Amino acid sequence: MEPRIIIPKRIAQEFKDGDVVNLGVGIPTLVPRYVPEGVTIWLHSENGVIGIGPEADPSHKDVFLLDASKKYATIAPGGATFDSTVSFGLVRGGHLEATVLGALQVDQEGNLANWIVPGGKLTGMGGAMDLVAGARRVIIATEHTAKDGASKILKKCTFPLTGAHVVDMIVTELAVMRVRPEGLVLQEVAPGVSVDTVVKNTDAELIVPANVPQMPI
Amino acid sequence: MSKITTVKEAAARIKSGSVLHLGGFYAQGSPECLISAMLEQGVTDLTIISNDTGTPNEGLGRLVEAGRVKKLYCSYVGLTPILPKLIEEGKVELELVPQGTLIERIRCAGYGLGGVLTPTGLGTVIEENKQVVELNGRRWLYDTPIKADVAIVEAYRADTAGNLIFRRTQNNFNATMCTAADLVIAEIVEPIVEAGAIDPDEIMVPGVFVDVLVRKGV
Repeated sequence: MEPRIIIPKRIAQEFKDGDVVNLGVGIPTLVPRYVPEGVTIWLHSENGVIGIGPEADPSHKDVFLLDASKKYATIAPGGATFDSTVSFGLVRGGHLEATVLGALQVDQEGNLANWIVPGGKLTGMGGAMDLVAGARRVIIATEHTAKDGASKILKKCTFPLTGAHVVDMIVTELAVMRVRPEGLVLQEVAPGVSVDTVVKNTDAELIVPANVPQMPI
Repeated sequence: MSKITTVKEAAARIKSGSVLHLGGFYAQGSPECLISAMLEQGVTDLTIISNDTGTPNEGLGRLVEAGRVKKLYCSYVGLTPILPKLIEEGKVELELVPQGTLIERIRCAGYGLGGVLTPTGLGTVIEENKQVVELNGRRWLYDTPIKADVAIVEAYRADTAGNLIFRRTQNNFNATMCTAADLVIAEIVEPIVEAGAIDPDEIMVPGVFVDVLVRKGV
């Protein structure tokens, strides 16, 4: 199955009704379309919104309502706008149930690198370091391997970190993995994917339990 | 004395070499008319604190492109392609600050606090140049307050007493920046109303923080 379907579909099952969640760019933005019926999640936007909705219809847009990717957005009934102290107080203060972020690299100790490629384009961390330091759960949504086939799930990140020992869960098109005190545990495999395939495509030392169930998707 | 003046007169109060808080998130909430006037009037050698550098045509990016900035404190600079070259040539110095830490450093300056203790950036490159403090069994990064000579912000509505209201995501860094500068200039979208015309409960920045009001385009 397509990474861009399987990954957000599996992550969408992690939430209960009313959870406040921040989504990073890329695959994480696809999570809301798979949230089960009866569950409403509130999306947090760094520039000062709880309840940010889909992109605005160009004919009805409010030019004062943007999302954190500079697109005209909408706000759900019951949503709220506020300034950056409140926005990041929500983040650091543990008021977000989770942040779902992409990764350049993630490792078996729960370290995450997703803000800069050494020698690459100068950008900045924006709010990413605050999100991984403050959200109650950090869920990584990433393809298992990079375009060149190299595993993105490493023993040790080599790129500059966004946060150290911050990741709770990694979801790829092959597997679900949890960062536990004993190490990185293989929790589920995707439909039609063998444990061997996951292990072969993973640089990190995976702890493989006797029984690894299939992703419930 | 009236707080209302023209964009040109207000911009003329910003001197070369100043430290400036500039509101906005990807330039939304940045006072574009004041920036235009600054560009026309030639003010330069600025140190600017802002969430991001905007784009070449919007917000802080316009001042960066015109070579008016010597030092930046920002959380994101990815939409300003000229910046890496300016940094390499030694023309601009950049301190990248995590967004939540940056806004708190400004808040600390405005509210009389000695600095920020935050978990953000522990174990990353941010930790390398900062003091680590151990308190109550936890590690924190300490960072300093950032005060400015001038804050320039955008707001949606204002009254003649300087009380401000923002619309939707226009606020971002603006309200906090109003607390942390010697001179605060606000560029207002809607016509400025008489004191008393805005319900006190709706005011988002008390006018006591705001020195100068200009109407966008006037």
